Amino acid sequence: MNTVKQARIDRGRRRFLIASGIVGGGLAVGAWWFYRERDRLGAPPALVAADGERIFNAWIKIGDDGRILVQVPRQEMGQGVSTALPMLVAEELDADFADVHYEQAPIAPVYGNATMLADGVPFRPDDHGWVAELVRHTQFKAGQLLGLQATGGSTSVRDAFEPMRRAGATARAMLVTAAARRLGVAESELEVAASRVTHAPSRRSLSFAELAAEAAALPMPDDVALKPRERFTLLGTPRPRLDVPAKVDGSAHYGIDARPPGLVYAAIAQCPVFGGTVKHYEGGDVAEWPGVRAIVELPATRTSAAAVAVVADHYWQAKKALEAIPIEWHGGAHAAHDTGEQKARYAALLDDDPGRVYDAAGDSAAAFAAAARTLEADYHAPYLAHATMEPMNCTTLIRADGSGEVWVGNQAPTLVRWITAEVAGVDSERVTVHTPYLGGGFGRRGEMDVVMQAALIAERLRDTPIQLVWSREEDMRHDLYRPMASARLRAAIDADGALAGVEIKSVGQSAVTELTRRLLPAMASDLMKDKTMSEGLFDLPYAFANRTVSHVRTHEAVPVGFWRSVGHSMNAFFAEGFVDEIAHTLGQDPFEFRRAALGHAPRHRRVLEVAAERAGWGGPLDGGRGRGIALAESFHAVVAQVAEVRVADEAITVERVVCAIDCGFALNPDIVRAQVESAIIFGLSAALHGEISVRNGRVEQGNFPDYRMVGLASTPRIEVHIVESGLEHLGGVGEPGTPPLAPAVANAVFAACGKRLRELPLRV
Amino acid sequence: MTTLTVNGQQHDVEADGDTPLLWVLRDHLGLTGTKFGCGIAACGACTVLVDGAATRSCVLPLAACAGKSVTTIEGLADGGELHPVQQAWIEHQVPQCGYCQSGMILATVALLADTPRPSEAEIGARITNICRCGTYPRVLRAIRAVSGVDPTAA
Ligand code: FES
Ligand code: FES
Repeated sequence: MNTVKQARIDRGRRRFLIASGIVGGGLAVGAWWFYRERDRLGAPPALVAADGERIFNAWIKIGDDGRILVQVPRQEMGQGVSTALPMLVAEELDADFADVHYEQAPIAPVYGNATMLADGVPFRPDDHGWVAELVRHTQFKAGQLLGLQATGGSTSVRDAFEPMRRAGATARAMLVTAAARRLGVAESELEVAASRVTHAPSRRSLSFAELAAEAAALPMPDDVALKPRERFTLLGTPRPRLDVPAKVDGSAHYGIDARPPGLVYAAIAQCPVFGGTVKHYEGGDVAEWPGVRAIVELPATRTSAAAVAVVADHYWQAKKALEAIPIEWHGGAHAAHDTGEQKARYAALLDDDPGRVYDAAGDSAAAFAAAARTLEADYHAPYLAHATMEPMNCTTLIRADGSGEVWVGNQAPTLVRWITAEVAGVDSERVTVHTPYLGGGFGRRGEMDVVMQAALIAERLRDTPIQLVWSREEDMRHDLYRPMASARLRAAIDADGALAGVEIKSVGQSAVTELTRRLLPAMASDLMKDKTMSEGLFDLPYAFANRTVSHVRTHEAVPVGFWRSVGHSMNAFFAEGFVDEIAHTLGQDPFEFRRAALGHAPRHRRVLEVAAERAGWGGPLDGGRGRGIALAESFHAVVAQVAEVRVADEAITVERVVCAIDCGFALNPDIVRAQVESAIIFGLSAALHGEISVRNGRVEQGNFPDYRMVGLASTPRIEVHIVESGLEHLGGVGEPGTPPLAPAVANAVFAACGKRLRELPLRV
Repeated sequence: MTTLTVNGQQHDVEADGDTPLLWVLRDHLGLTGTKFGCGIAACGACTVLVDGAATRSCVLPLAACAGKSVTTIEGLADGGELHPVQQAWIEHQVPQCGYCQSGMILATVALLADTPRPSEAEIGARITNICRCGTYPRVLRAIRAVSGVDPTAA
């Protein structure tokens, strides 16, 4: 590599590290403290107006044709964000929602997701002490400064709730001022509704379209008031989704549909063993095959595996050519990795390693020492793949001058830009990222492996856009998996037959540390507690007096990442299965036992009661059937589910799931329902079938027949009941429906046949 | 060269005969509404109608399509008028990420063409497409609605 280019890369990398350091050293940066909500309004230079469009602020453009273009900085992966976020703006703007359209916002710090970082701190959600609040606030402010545009942690609505409503109210005020001047009346005499400003006394009115040019030129007011909940007319209604029409006629575009002029396609084979390398490959005459443009060897990088790729005029040509090339791999250090052995090691760690304490209250050791009897159970959950319906793919163009363009379904456009610019050796501003619809995300598309590989290939074929498409097998064998985890749960029961203490220890990898190491290596450290490893265990809502919750961190060959609901996805199974065991051991009804332990938590108790009541808890069931209940709080939402299952011929059939969710306030109740239905089915596929196993360093599953999904025929009847506790409890909805499903089903299996299942996937 | 009709229009395609119809549609004809999900006929994302029959195009070689008439999601609407199945999909707000929906809709169109009032068992047996977003409850409701069955009936 020539030195000029090396210098460019170093410069890019340095900037990258500085940006990373901002989060790590958030406190050292003085400016954060002075950020105010208003600072999230100013339009960035990256936001440009087309002809006839007027920019009001970072979030709103209004066209002279009356179209209201809301900037959505989060990515639409099915969760409804392209409808829900525009609703926030439209409510305060008093717009006719039919005029509202959404646009993917450009990349700029103002659109950063500050809430996602603030949520990552290792405090219980009910901890509002000054230390917890200060750290949250600091992370939030650091998040604003870093300006990382990312979608995850069910944070989109919570992060946008204030700034996007304020954006709407501010633009509305500007439209009112413009109308008052035009009509020569006082602003106080004007009313706004359905995208019109009306002066009722003189029966005159002006549309937003007529006012846009003049209003957008006015200074932004500083003091707008936001509507109280009672005055919402749009928020809280089941508005049809803005993205649905394009998703029924084939016009919705995904990353894999990008077709820039001159596009060529790449197929890839990655080293089947994690961390391995390419030993040798024989291109032979394949390079001469019709359509074949290049055979490219890709080194392993911090985010991606070593691989061989073939670039051709058409994807099928590339795929066939790749299959004709014999590749030998170096397995490396992990060539013998085996998840069966790993599981046995985890069991030994539960015996021997004290781990790190995540939560402690009272004196659990004393409670166990004095216990009349103890209950102990080991639980286990396997690795899981995301298996988004749209396999990983990325389309990248790096021009001769180093500038770039990327089309990719992703959950973090800021990172896409950094990675591509790093490879091209240019400033990140010179890379344009297009984020079309995502064919599923679930945490997978915050990873940058395919982006890195596409950039490396595009760098070799400058001036030619390349589309790298992974096969389903590559996608399943090179995921960043939901961590495998084991847990030991213990309960002390005193002489009066009451629960006196609880100890929980879990073991597994840290998704946060591994992901940080891949993406922002300067920030990664094993010293930092990763809350996601123990979430759902250390923050249980029950009033368990003497408790100790700890976690043992491991490092494994298999890379892990965020998978819909992250740590909650397995930890709720551990905790809620065991809570059921405690109830049965104490001779109590599992619902009543939980309710009694939630005396101090009215939100949780109410959700539990609604689910139980709607499910007919305690009512009769036909033979072979049983009901199970589970409760989990995640991403600030509280969810309870009752599953009804039938166990016959060694098969579990889930017939009905009744769910209650309290996400504070349901912006769009139909989207909330859809998300909860989705999360339940996602959880059900994992509970009944999901398992990624590794032998000889290689993932054994490759395609849907080996990694089964629940289908239409096996979908239970699902009922979703929304419980609202108010705007102050605003919670996420994309993920919280998943955690309680597996334990509700496992507990129902116990009720049906007396078998206690402590391992996923569930098998009777 | 292979000649086939796609959405009423005749095309002469210059590609190897073993190229699956899926890639012909997407890469040669620019019809990207048909999606790639698994490549082995296991998910249904690539479903199109071939002479009216729901077909997983990822395993159908171009050579087998000579003279056939193919309908993709782009050709389902009748002029400006959406197909009743598409309308029901909007009415019942079926799609989430939407990636599986072209295939889901075309599988439904084929089902209803020969079984206008399918039972739940028939729906389950014929609609085997995978939806990772789990839109099945709404797919079921929409199918019932188009087939004139009360969509809310349990
Ligand atoms: S892509 Fe054809 S069935 Fe999955
Ligand atoms: S809507 Fe996303 S896979 Fe079906």
